[in-house]
Amino acid sequence: MENIKRRYSLVGATMTEYVSTTPGLYPLPDWAKDDLSDLKGHQKHDLISGDEGEEITATYEEAREEVVGVQTEAGLDRIVEGQLRWDDMLAHPLAVADAVETRGIVRYYDNNNFYREPVVTDDLEPTGDVAAELEAATQLTGGEDLQAVLPGPYSLFDLATDERYGDDAEFLAAIADFLAGEVEAFPDVETLFLLEPSLVESAPADGLDERASEAIDRVASATDADVVVQPYWGAVEEKVYAHLLDADIDAVGFDFVANQDDNVYNLQEYGATDDVALGLADGQNTLVEDPEAIRDRVEWVEGQLGVTDFETVYLTTNTETFYLPYRKYVEKLEVLAEAADLAEVTAA
Amino acid sequence: MTNENKDQFRPADHDNDHFLLTTVVGSYPKPKWLNRAKDLYEDEDSDFDEDNWQEAKDDAARLITAEHERAGLDVVVDGEMRRNEMVEFFAHRIEGYEFNGPVKVWGHNYFDKPSVVSEVEYDDSWLVDEYEFTADATDRPVKVPITGPYTLANWSFNEAYEDDDELTLELADLVNEEIEKLVDAGARYIQIDEPALATTPDDHAIVGEALEHIVADIPEEVRIGLHVCYGDYSRIYPEILEFPVDEFDLELANGDYEQLDVFKDPEFSKDLALGVTDAHVAEVESVEQIEENIKKGLEVVPPEQLVVSPDCGVKLLPRDVAYGKMANMVQAARNVEEDLDEGNIDIERGAPTPADD
Repeated sequence: MENIKRRYSLVGATMTEYVSTTPGLYPLPDWAKDDLSDLKGHQKHDLISGDEGEEITATYEEAREEVVGVQTEAGLDRIVEGQLRWDDMLAHPLAVADAVETRGIVRYYDNNNFYREPVVTDDLEPTGDVAAELEAATQLTGGEDLQAVLPGPYSLFDLATDERYGDDAEFLAAIADFLAGEVEAFPDVETLFLLEPSLVESAPADGLDERASEAIDRVASATDADVVVQPYWGAVEEKVYAHLLDADIDAVGFDFVANQDDNVYNLQEYGATDDVALGLADGQNTLVEDPEAIRDRVEWVEGQLGVTDFETVYLTTNTETFYLPYRKYVEKLEVLAEAADLAEVTAA
Repeated sequence: MTNENKDQFRPADHDNDHFLLTTVVGSYPKPKWLNRAKDLYEDEDSDFDEDNWQEAKDDAARLITAEHERAGLDVVVDGEMRRNEMVEFFAHRIEGYEFNGPVKVWGHNYFDKPSVVSEVEYDDSWLVDEYEFTADATDRPVKVPITGPYTLANWSFNEAYEDDDELTLELADLVNEEIEKLVDAGARYIQIDEPALATTPDDHAIVGEALEHIVADIPEEVRIGLHVCYGDYSRIYPEILEFPVDEFDLELANGDYEQLDVFKDPEFSKDLALGVTDAHVAEVESVEQIEENIKKGLEVVPPEQLVVSPDCGVKLLPRDVAYGKMANMVQAARNVEEDLDEGNIDIERGAPTPADD
């Protein structure tokens, strides 16, 4: 109800809408960790490959229902499916594709987390795996406020190994086409978050930065939903940022937890999209922020820019939240929802 | 050339002139019955109580210490039978930590990643009981592995300190306090485990600074080793030679010694505890194969500075495989010592040795 009221209050006013959301990839509820450990096992061949049986599917359904409930209860403005099946984190869409072999366990960025290295050995074809998850979530939410989550094409390119296409440009374009194909199969969603940590962690070199932007554009063009591109673990280099603004996207995300100065610099020097996503709650620390503190940080960012006329400001954790113990993840969501309400009130 | 620090662990009845100290990194497969005992202990409906659980751990510690002896190791460990996980175990013993539930490492492998919620403080001793029990159970010298402060900080959620470096140094002071107590109890061989450094090798400076805190006022004769798991060693070498430790324990068999050359220039001035059997392959290497691996170490350091150990903790291997690796490793070390005694080994080291000593 809160949300509906807020939206009505915006009608006719040229003021910023504050939207609480998350980049998805949630931790499993603890009971599901236990049940799925028992059902699936602990080795790398036990991980999700897209053809799991009835019992496992049913367990994920129950867990999905729980995390959708957590978001609704917290009062988030966008609801994600939760990506609980994504054993390989952002590499998941490839891990379930036919043209991909999953090989050894490799480190997930600079974290104490690991995923199976996806090796592309044949022509990539979309699988509809993520679309099916979203359909299931639609059943739970009635389709309201649904937000899709995908790896951005550059990050997926960076996480994968190519044994088919032979050169970076071609491989990146193939990944973009693959993701665009996945997006085309989606049910109606309000927003699409493309997670692009590799834009920071493994910044594209000259030439590839422009192609990364084109690849993002390709995926974004496959949907009518608002598209948010969220890099994290720091700020993107300014040239990468400048290219990113050329893509037809609605918002860029900024990880203000990891880096304030360089993100503010990018915003001041190059401007921004009409909408913006602010990663203000730490997705990798159990310290739960005060909603007021997050609201204050929103104001601080707006103050740094001397503008308050973003159409939409998404308030989110900077990163995925699977790093957190389950109950801390729940608390983070509650804080984000409350912070967005506070920001709305303050702005009014 | 002699190496007093290392030679204090030379067994009185050691047959060869050369001495390649053999030891383990620390962890060892738990006997299956110990896991069953744990399940019983955690089962509320069972009458398996605290005393029973303590006795089970004592039995396991005695058993694995004896198994290390039987394999012929010069320096033994209890296989870390009392420890569940390398961060959790210590976090439970340090004031300032709390637990909020399991987090994912990969797939359905989780660990109870703790949060530092207030100033970390030293309460009761962490390892003195464990050390005293093991030392009582064997006549051989006992090594004490301790998770290093950098790993304790980095594999926790830091809610209380400005940054992880500050937390690392605070924890280093606690490790120092613990080592003092261990030394009072008779321990002479301490190994600091810093697997997190493999993830973020550029942080070697803070690890070095933490080690300065760790060894402060610890007597010279106490042997301090540093174990760093597989990673890009070129990013920490030669900087780590400045660390105030006696020995580096490195994982090199796993990568088939591809990174060996990293350590040849500049000259490796510390003792090298070389991983000579792969902790991630459940197949026992032959004595001949391990001999070849040991000789790789002689390309980096002279025999006086060489220590022989597995790549890493072996707790994930089947127990018979772990034992086979230990036994073959000891046999291989003794064979190489004999060859060295007889002058049959002529290996050129990577960097010229200084002529002054």
